[in-house]
Amino acid sequence: MGSVTCNPLAPPSTRLLLNPLKIPKFCHSRRQLHGSQRASKIIAYYGLKTPPYKLDALEPYMSKRTLEVHWGELHRGYVEGLNKHLAKDDVLYGYTLDELVKVSYNSGNPLPVFNNAVQVWNHDFFWESMQPGGGDIPKYGVLEQIEKDFGSFTNFKEKFIEAALTLFGSGYVWLVLKREERRLAVVKTSNAINPLVWNDIPIISLDMWEHAYYLDYKNDKGTYTNVFMNHLVSWNAAMSRMARAEAFVNLGEPKIPIA
Amino acid sequence: MLIKFLLSRQNALEPHMSKDTLEYHWGKHHRAYVENLNKQIVGTELDGMSLEDVIIVSYNKGNMLPPFNNAAQAWNHEFFWESMKPGGGGKPSGELLELIERDFGSFDRFLEEFKSAAATQFGSGWAWLAYKANRLNVDNAVNPFPSEKDKKLVVVKSPNAVNPLVWDYSPLLTIDVWEHAYFLDFENRRPNYISVFMDKLVSWEVVSKRLEIAKARATKREMEEERRKKEEEEENSEDEAVEVYVDGDESESE
Repeated sequence: MGSVTCNPLAPPSTRLLLNPLKIPKFCHSRRQLHGSQRASKIIAYYGLKTPPYKLDALEPYMSKRTLEVHWGELHRGYVEGLNKHLAKDDVLYGYTLDELVKVSYNSGNPLPVFNNAVQVWNHDFFWESMQPGGGDIPKYGVLEQIEKDFGSFTNFKEKFIEAALTLFGSGYVWLVLKREERRLAVVKTSNAINPLVWNDIPIISLDMWEHAYYLDYKNDKGTYTNVFMNHLVSWNAAMSRMARAEAFVNLGEPKIPIA
Repeated sequence: MLIKFLLSRQNALEPHMSKDTLEYHWGKHHRAYVENLNKQIVGTELDGMSLEDVIIVSYNKGNMLPPFNNAAQAWNHEFFWESMKPGGGGKPSGELLELIERDFGSFDRFLEEFKSAAATQFGSGWAWLAYKANRLNVDNAVNPFPSEKDKKLVVVKSPNAVNPLVWDYSPLLTIDVWEHAYFLDFENRRPNYISVFMDKLVSWEVVSKRLEIAKARATKREMEEERRKKEEEEENSEDEAVEVYVDGDESESE
């Protein structure tokens, strides 16, 4: 029942050839009621994505109870909140979650849907940034890039842990590929902010909201962060995200990305 | 102080706030803020200032200096413990209740607003009931007709370590909505925590006491301002008098 006056959803191939991925315009759809005024309203909605492992698979580093509360209640709550916003507002229809995050960030003056949308994105990303039997060190291209941008893997790990320990209040720590600078960096963000809003590409994230670690580690952020780096972080996920990112960011001489 | 004695018996607020929570919240989080603050200010000009002054100075009009987080959190937590007591809850009385009814309509409406502020503070932070004397944010601005009615009770929420002292309000009551305050007892169910706090823990006597102090301070400030204004006026009028004679025609002055 709606017609869209601008089209941020141009076919992907044209978009890639013509210009780099840019923040889509916030466009309005005008509703045209064709005579019969049927109450068929198009509603977009998101489902709660399950982590790629069972809820007890990260024991003993992250307990099943934490997953039950963090994923089953908090993450689910964000999804439901997001869907409630989408049900009310047809202007938001048609965006992918990535685009919705960027659009609702609105250059720093976020719309009400932002918190829910970005937290859904953040948590989907966080679950996938971990795996049972994680930790250790990355291999191939990811390791090379880390060594190039941080000097050594140990230096990167130190920077990451330092960021986690010095973050005040709620937030996340990210390994991110900076688009303009064409390099990896560690950034920490407050509350729900996500590097997508600066057009950078997240590679790994660590949830530093207290709800992520309080049941298992109480106030001991240091142990939680170290356990994440040593036993949980999924470098496999990082590899596949880097591979995709290399399609958008030229990291050096053209080569077949082996990520 | 009474609350410190109670905290040393950390099961004093059971079953509404568990011993475990107090052990970590007071024994680890609060303690760390105090210790880290001391480390940060020793030997600097902030050493020896009152905690409230340290907060205002390090808030630096929003461009916070390093000691701010620790100083404000140390203050906030002490204020928070003192806002509670075993067997608390119920309703306020006396002047506090009158002002609440005047500024919010009814006690229930106040309760709704306070609970909503606490529940919707996104991320870490605090919710407050504060007394706001009518002061404009411009240095030489003056309310031409100040009256008791301009001084209001307000509900505000603040992120991370910020507290209403930096806005020149007088805080009366606070609830800590950092997740560490309720996660062990309520997991993610923040609204339940808020309800239990209001129904079973709040110490209205302490809040009333704070209101008295806040009002007295506001009145004293007003009197000082008036006095200062009068002094300025007198100085100005003296100057004017001198000028007139200097400019006067010499022949006429005789």
